Formats: sequence, structure tokens, C-alpha cells
Amino acid sequence: MRDKLQKFLYPAVAISLFILLWQYAASRYSSELFPAPLNVLDAIRELVEQGRLWKDISISLLRLTIAYTTAVSCAIPVGLFLGRCQPCLRSIDPLVQLLRPISPIAWFPLAVLWFGIGNTPAIFIIFIAAFFPVLLATITAVRNIPAVYYKVSNNFGAKPVQVFLGIIIPAAFPGIMTGLHIALGTAWIHLVAGEMLGADSGLGYLIIDARNFLRTDLIMAGMLLVGVLGLLLNRLITAGEQFINRQWGITRQQ
Amino acid sequence: MQKSQTLKISLQHAGKTFYSSSGEQHIALKAGNLDIYEGEFVCLVGPSGCGKSTVINLMAGFDQPTEGSVQIDGKAVLSPDPDRIMIFQDYGLFPWKTALDNVLFGLKCRGFGAVEARKKAMAALAGVGLTAYAQRHPHELSGGMKQRVALARALAVEPSVLFMDEPFAALDAFTRLHLQDELLELRKKKKITVIFVTHDLDEAVYLGDRIVLMAPNPGRFENNMPIELPFPRNRTDKQFDHYRKELFEAFDLVHKEAGRKSMAEEELQQGGSGI
Repeated sequence: MRDKLQKFLYPAVAISLFILLWQYAASRYSSELFPAPLNVLDAIRELVEQGRLWKDISISLLRLTIAYTTAVSCAIPVGLFLGRCQPCLRSIDPLVQLLRPISPIAWFPLAVLWFGIGNTPAIFIIFIAAFFPVLLATITAVRNIPAVYYKVSNNFGAKPVQVFLGIIIPAAFPGIMTGLHIALGTAWIHLVAGEMLGADSGLGYLIIDARNFLRTDLIMAGMLLVGVLGLLLNRLITAGEQFINRQWGITRQQ
Repeated sequence: MQKSQTLKISLQHAGKTFYSSSGEQHIALKAGNLDIYEGEFVCLVGPSGCGKSTVINLMAGFDQPTEGSVQIDGKAVLSPDPDRIMIFQDYGLFPWKTALDNVLFGLKCRGFGAVEARKKAMAALAGVGLTAYAQRHPHELSGGMKQRVALARALAVEPSVLFMDEPFAALDAFTRLHLQDELLELRKKKKITVIFVTHDLDEAVYLGDRIVLMAPNPGRFENNMPIELPFPRNRTDKQFDHYRKELFEAFDLVHKEAGRKSMAEEELQQGGSGI
């Protein structure tokens, strides 16, 4: 009972308070400058009626999917390899540490120059945003595999393929999953940024386009949609992560 | 007694010396000889730093001696071998696999087909009384059950030697006593040589055909003590008490000497540091 209260009622109260506060703040300014919750709801309805909403959401999700899966399928193999090869890791680590602090947004000017306006710059930016968290998480996960697993598989005479597929990948999986989780969040953030600068469709473009027409209600509608979709994506991957952790018997600390 | 006269494991002047990065020499095991016969149950005991883990790792092939040689069945041990399985204190089970899949892992590595591997795995789990827990993951099992799964995984591939590195040290006292009896039962059924590292002297007297006492600084073989008591042994038995007393006295000597040495070393270091 108390659990349910804390899970549903408290957040509902918090959200209601936020909306009230928003309404109050908005009432002190003109709706062109600071739209109220109902204005934003109207703007979303307008987007639905125009058929624009689904188009922008689906193009954004498509870009995210392409860039994220490409980044993940590059970062995991490289991470597995570097995690197992100490000299390789030593040589490449300074390079990674040099590239990693460069915000993906800093790549924009080049991305637009190289790839023009369209899908590619946004995809390129998301790729960079998602690549490093997955790479670093994979390396750490592989390096943290307990030595006793290797001893056991050695002892039973496991072949390298058996060790790789049967031990290294599953043993590193929970750690990799954490990286996937973090990367999805960063990818989503940078997707919006990417579409604001280098695209002519998608949720990021929706926001920047609305600014050009001084449609603050549409700006806020776009922001709200980005938030809601981000929340849903996070829920999805958290569920996946929890499933893995249950299988592996890792209990999350409260 | 199950002891035969066929030599199984032989350490010939085998020793292990490490050099730290600063070039400091550390003798983990002073060169020594040890012969273990087929079917023998040998307990290695000694205070920490006496090299008992080094010895078992050398015999299992996880480590190589820096001098002398380690031979099993007359051949030098160069790497781990499925004919000689090590049981670890922290079980070494794969947490993402069920108990059954953990046992199957060893069998699949040995190249058994799916049907035969499964039959053998279930038989091995039945041998340790875990048939009902075959589909559980390690995190759903108690410590004692986990070690039984590890034991089943080892025995399923029918090794001729079992190395056990403080296998019951992490378990509570009751579970430990149970597993000791189970281990003796399993050993009675299979002709298997067991090398058992422990710091529990009672456990050593209860299980071993022979106890090899080791001493630290540098790690070395100190004493060889055959326990000529029939199985099952009775811990409250007078003769059991006699062996225990003997072992405790020998251990005490080793321990005191180790204490004196480390104190002397400390004084030396303090004196040497200069003021």
C-alpha cells in the first residue's frame, strides 16, 4: 500500500504541482512569450491534425535507431578486443581519452560541411555520442571478468571460441548493458541537437522551425515530446537491463 | 586404505620464486620434494604465506615452477588439464548459467554430444543431491549448494585428480561438516586422488590419508603426517584426538617460529631504516 502510494501518488502530486506552477508563471506573461499548458496541448493537437507529429517522431526515431545500432555494433566488438588486449588498450587509450571530451556538438560544423544538410550529419553526431559510452563500458566489463572464470574454462579445456562466446560475452553482458543504457540517453539528447543544426525534419527541426516562426507553443510542444519519448526509451532499456540482471543474479542496490 | 603404490603426482625439487618490480626476491615455495600416490587424499595445511596455494596451483598447471619440476603420471605438468579439475573457494560457477548448464559447460568442452552430456550432467547433479535444483541459477542457491554444483561439474568429466583450494572455507560450520562427509562418500565411490588445501586442522585430520604441514618465510614443506584411521572417522574418538593433538603441536611450532621470524625481520627493518 505504502509502496503504491510512493510509486504513483507522489509523482502524480509532483507533476500536478509542476503544471500548476507552469500555469501560474505563464499567466504573468503573454501567451506568445510563455505559453500555458493548455496552449501547448493545443499545439500538439495542431501537429497531429497536420500529420506532422508522426512524421517528425518517426524520422527522429529512425535516425536514432540507425545511428545507435551502428555505434553499438562498432563499439562492442572494439571494446571486447581492447578489453582482452592489454598492449592494444595501452596504445589506444590516450587517443580515446583525447577524443572523448570533445562534445559531439563540436563535430557539427565539419559534419555539415562533409555530409550536407539531411540525415547524415545527425546520424554522425549520434554515432559519436553513443560510441564512447558503449566502448568504455565494454572495455571495463571485459577487464572486470573474474580470473576464476578463465581458470575454470582453461581447466576444462575450453576452446578459444567457447571461451569467447560462452564466457567473455555473457560475463561482460551486464556491464555492456549499463553502457547501452547510458549511450541511449546521450544519443537521444544529441539527436535533438543534431536535428536543430543539420536537418530539415525531425523533432529537433520542429523546435528550431517553430522558433523561426516565433511559435513558442510549438517550441514547448516539441520539447515536451522530446522529454516524453526520452522517458519511454529509458523505461524500455531499463526493463531490458533489469531482465538481464535478474538472469545474471545481480541485485541492484537500493 | 585406498592408498596404492602407484606414484601419481611428484614434485621434484620444485620451487617458485617471484621477483617484485623493484627486483626484490620473494620465495613463495622453497624447492622441495613431495610424492602423492594414486587414490590418496592429501591435505595441505599451514599458516598463511606458507605456499600451500602456490603448491596446488603448480600441481594444477595454473602456474609453473621456477626450479625443479612437477610431474603427474610421469609427465611434466605444463598447463591445466581436464583430467585434473580444480575446485575453488568461491565456486567459480558462471552466474548466468543454471546449475545444469554449469555442469554441461565442462562436458561440452570435453566434446560430449548434447544427449550424452545431459545424461552425464543430470547423473552428476544427482550424485550431489541437487536433481531438484538443476534449473536454478547460482544466485538462487546457498553456498553449500553452489559448491556441490562445482563438485558435480568437476566429477562429471571424470577426472583422476581433484584439486580443492580451501573449498569449504566460505561455508558455515554445519554445511562444512555435511560437505566433508559427502566428499568422503563421493571419493569412496570413485577412485580419485584428492589434494585438499585447508587452514582448518580438524578438517585435515577428518579427511586426509596424509597431512602435509607447510611453514612460511619462506614457504616450504615441513612435516608429513599419515593419518592411519579408518573411515568414517569419529571426531570424538580418542585416536582422532591423538592425531589432532600431534598436528596442533606441530602447527604451533611452525606458527611460533613464523611469529619469531617476522618479529626479528621487523626489528631488522627498524634497525636498518636508520634514524
